Amino acid sequence: MRPDDDRGEPELPPGPSAAKRALRAAMPWLAVLGLFVLWEVAVRAFRIPDYLLPAPLEIWSQTYALKAMVGMHTLATLETILYGFVMAAAISLPLAVLVTASPAIASAVYPLLVIVHSIPKVALAPVLVVALGANELPRIAITFLVCFFPLVISIAAGLLAVPAEYIEMCRACRASRLRELWRVRLPYAVPFIFSGLKVAITLAVVGAVVGEFVASEKGLGYLIQSSTAFFKTPLAFGAIVILAIIGIALFQAVVAIERAFFPWAVSDDRFRE
Amino acid sequence: MIQIDRVDQVFRARDGAGVVALRDVSLRVEANSFVCVVGPSGCGKSTLLRLIAGLIPCTRGSISVSGQRVDGPREEVGFVFQKPTLLPWASVLDNVLMPLKLMGRPTEGPRGRAMELLAMAGLAGFEQKLPGELSGGMQQRVAICRALIHDPPILLMDEPFGALDALTREEMSLELLRIWTERRKTIVFVTHSISEAVLLADQVVVMSARPGRIDRVIDVKVPRPRNFDQQGDPEFQRVSHTVRELIYANRKAAADAP
Repeated sequence: MRPDDDRGEPELPPGPSAAKRALRAAMPWLAVLGLFVLWEVAVRAFRIPDYLLPAPLEIWSQTYALKAMVGMHTLATLETILYGFVMAAAISLPLAVLVTASPAIASAVYPLLVIVHSIPKVALAPVLVVALGANELPRIAITFLVCFFPLVISIAAGLLAVPAEYIEMCRACRASRLRELWRVRLPYAVPFIFSGLKVAITLAVVGAVVGEFVASEKGLGYLIQSSTAFFKTPLAFGAIVILAIIGIALFQAVVAIERAFFPWAVSDDRFRE
Repeated sequence: MIQIDRVDQVFRARDGAGVVALRDVSLRVEANSFVCVVGPSGCGKSTLLRLIAGLIPCTRGSISVSGQRVDGPREEVGFVFQKPTLLPWASVLDNVLMPLKLMGRPTEGPRGRAMELLAMAGLAGFEQKLPGELSGGMQQRVAICRALIHDPPILLMDEPFGALDALTREEMSLELLRIWTERRKTIVFVTHSISEAVLLADQVVVMSARPGRIDRVIDVKVPRPRNFDQQGDPEFQRVSHTVRELIYANRKAAADAP
């Protein structure tokens, strides 16, 4: 028996205590809460009028009083965001595959993409309303246009980032291009696709609101415009807060989907050789 | 059997000029023999391997495998790259089965064979792990299993142990010899290491650089089964010495050239 055999397993050094960990987890919430308290106190102390800067409690009570109407507008905006986003995702994936399939197609399609992307979507919005009619279509189209370009770019980058060795392995196995795409290129591009989706979902919120500013009779963008027109600033602020919450929630949803279905793409292990 | 007949390989450099990677290379590799190719960097060892694999076409000359001219990748060839190049999202088992999937062949039946190969490589119990959870040596063993899954009669290995530490490297060399003894194949193995080449090979092919050509083919008559203790054998030392002399003589000649 070696002399140190009876020492047993070494103890782990103690980690941070439960209280410390709880505090760390609560920190972001406390910070936000602190900001709101400061805001509330400042507005009351300096007697800032409602129509300039409403206090948080005032925003809450005015928004809550109209909760049915606000809820309807929220759903309308959410619908626009999701339709536009899903459309962008559904179109950008095959487009990126096409662009990366051959240099000839890439050199034909890329300039078109860049041109479309360079046009400010706000400038395009009234034209789209004329073309597509006064319904939700132009709003969805604007949302789509705003978020699909970064998606195409990041997916194409992912499909092209596959290391040469992987492609050589596919060739050595005489894989068809479809199999190469399905077995190697697409899975490899997943982290790129998700970083594109994360950018796109936040832009989709922007696109939907822009669309609603230009032509709409419902949605949070419309609510902001109509309520500020009547100096109902607290309600406009309520809509802004809801937009922020929608943006955060949708972003986190994309993150959650990535974690759930593509856990290997989240960790950095994949870049370890 | 692999027959390489007066092959030239010219690449187009980025500035448009031609770069001669291989010049007038002829070589005959007998079936089920183990051939190591050594030479300084840039002598076209890897290029030669890719030509045999059909990954790139040769500029001039011809290569035939089992009597058939190589004009593209062939199924009777397995390729092991310098890096393991395992797909990080697929389990070890799926990685081993990947060539079959890429070829569009069924993978249900060969699962047993994949398990067997992994067990032979000392990886039993790791089938469901992801490559990222394995050490570099284990990853390279998976890559070798992957190259063997469709039971190719020819195995081409491009510095497969080059990225491993010295101890793992020795261990892997012996492992490869054991696998080769169990399932005879024609192996062409590219390496930088002279002792590795002499330990493994029936024949050592010494190449020289710029332009890449074959300097000499040396038979290694060290008795098998081999191990590292034989490094002291006169035959082992004689071959190592000859190979080293050839490589350094070439280097010196290249340095002295105006």
